[in-house]
Amino acid sequence: MNKELLFTMNTSFRGEYEIHGFTYGHGEKAACIVGAMRGNEYQQLYICSLLAEKLSEIEAKGDIASDKQLLLIPTLNYSSMNAGKVKWISDDSDINRSFPGNHQGTATSRIAATILDIAKEYSYGIQFASFYLHGELVPHIRMMRTGKESNSLANLFGMPYVVTGMNRAFDAVTLNYNWQELGTQAFSVYSKTTDWIDDESARVAVSSVLRFLTRMGIIRYDCHGGYISSIISEDELVSVKSDSAGFFRKIAEINTEIKRGELMAEIINPMDGKIKTQIVAPTDGIVFFVQDAPMVFQNTVCYKIIKRLHQ
Amino acid sequence: MIETVVSVDLMIEEKLKIKKNRLAPDILSGDEKRLCIVSGLYGDELQGQYICYEIIRKIKEDFDKLKGIVDVYPSLNPLGLDSRTRYIPDSDMDMNQLFPGSKTGAVGEYAASCIFDDIKGADVCIDLHSSNIFLHEVPQVRLNDDNVDALLPIAKCLNTDMIWIHPSTSVLNGSLAYALNKTGTLSLVIESGTAFRINKKYCNKIVDGLLALMNFMGIWDKESPKPHVPSITNDKDMVYINSESSGIFIPGVNLYDKVNIGDEIGMIVDVITGSVEEVVKASANGMICSIRDYPVIEEGSLIARIVGDGNE
Repeated sequence: MNKELLFTMNTSFRGEYEIHGFTYGHGEKAACIVGAMRGNEYQQLYICSLLAEKLSEIEAKGDIASDKQLLLIPTLNYSSMNAGKVKWISDDSDINRSFPGNHQGTATSRIAATILDIAKEYSYGIQFASFYLHGELVPHIRMMRTGKESNSLANLFGMPYVVTGMNRAFDAVTLNYNWQELGTQAFSVYSKTTDWIDDESARVAVSSVLRFLTRMGIIRYDCHGGYISSIISEDELVSVKSDSAGFFRKIAEINTEIKRGELMAEIINPMDGKIKTQIVAPTDGIVFFVQDAPMVFQNTVCYKIIKRLHQ
Repeated sequence: MIETVVSVDLMIEEKLKIKKNRLAPDILSGDEKRLCIVSGLYGDELQGQYICYEIIRKIKEDFDKLKGIVDVYPSLNPLGLDSRTRYIPDSDMDMNQLFPGSKTGAVGEYAASCIFDDIKGADVCIDLHSSNIFLHEVPQVRLNDDNVDALLPIAKCLNTDMIWIHPSTSVLNGSLAYALNKTGTLSLVIESGTAFRINKKYCNKIVDGLLALMNFMGIWDKESPKPHVPSITNDKDMVYINSESSGIFIPGVNLYDKVNIGDEIGMIVDVITGSVEEVVKASANGMICSIRDYPVIEEGSLIARIVGDGNE
């Protein structure tokens, strides 16, 4: 393992800001793995730390393929984590809304441009991403439908689900989209949580990446074969919203099967404790996402269900 | 008439309401043109608050001169405005990346969808912005280059100092203006001043511009001041000056100053060593149209923009 300096800049009050990556093996640039880009992506950084440990072990055993190189970049934005902020510490910009970036631009734009220049040289790109809604998710692989995505490759992660989605308005300025546009096969790995550590799902994410790298001939690692992924489109995810606001009492958990009409959650009036709304499942399916805030607005997306799918 | 376009229960007791004030002649033929004026997508941008107030006041003052419909939406992100927050509080999402929105989406996307549906079909929509906290900017119209023929005559009414034509590929495709233009509703963005402040001089210029636009659209039957002839700038003529050091920026020029290549724009100092880290110099001849307002900077921070000479 080599620690490499990928980006450096001076800051006003914190000294030099440096982004490091770890390379494993030598030769063809096979896979680049990127972790936390925001200051709340603790789970994503944790996954990278577990992965770094595993890759060091694998390399020590001589199990990186002889002509392949891996690059792991655990975090692009540790200052925000240190300062308790989600976005870039000095101007609230978002690195994952700054791609493809500009070497002469602002700090996040420079980081994006530098990292993309490095990352695009790799055949496969893996990002540990966080969901745009706050809550718990069924771990999955997500790919944007750019016309360049490959469901069959995504299946090699052995995750239960591969989700394909149309580009949302902001996707064009994300790492994943730009990676794909530049010819790298890019995958986003979503874990159960973002703001706190869930060890079990972190290890699922690590295994899925090691499984993929093994199947692509980049490393040798014996692990469970995983799942034959169900490929689902984001259109098949039914949003279940709150009709009213108040405390959110969760009943249905993620990754459980639910029947149409079954009680999923209750909204409690915070002043008198009375139940304002019962949220019931609008369809049979599997609970894919649940929001995790103690209170919700009216119209909050509380759940997403994979419709008409059974365990 | 004040109408609620979006209503969402907040968690405890309150409601988030996005409202518009529809100003229209008492008797409508059904063929009236409609102008939408929107503001407050970002909770830290306050120029539009004054502009909306003033345009409504002026229309009400001469109500009989109004020959069409003017819908004014002063506060599209009311919770952000109340809480001095640029983005949507709680979700921290940029509201101007969510259009056209979704009725099945989260609160921000839902609100965006309701707003979009309400504005869609208007003849013109003007989206009023300030700059962010970092920059101070001259009043300017921003428009996409894929619909210049239709948008430029409107932009020229608006009495700004500058019209900046962007390649549409560089414009956020989730912005309100972008989404409206995509569906055939002509839409422009006005930027001026800086965040958290109201600059009455700039605002009054823009109010005059809106009245001139209403004249142009045939919905305001009262003579308004002739609009200032703006410089028209394409992306290639706009020069960005970014810092190559970190520290505190001490400006040496003001907005509207004419500079030549090599002129000092300001300096970046290191406060603990008492040293000058960088003397920032102009890399083009022209006018300062944006200047750094927030002194703390880092490598890459935008210090100034210069509109190159020869663009007028």
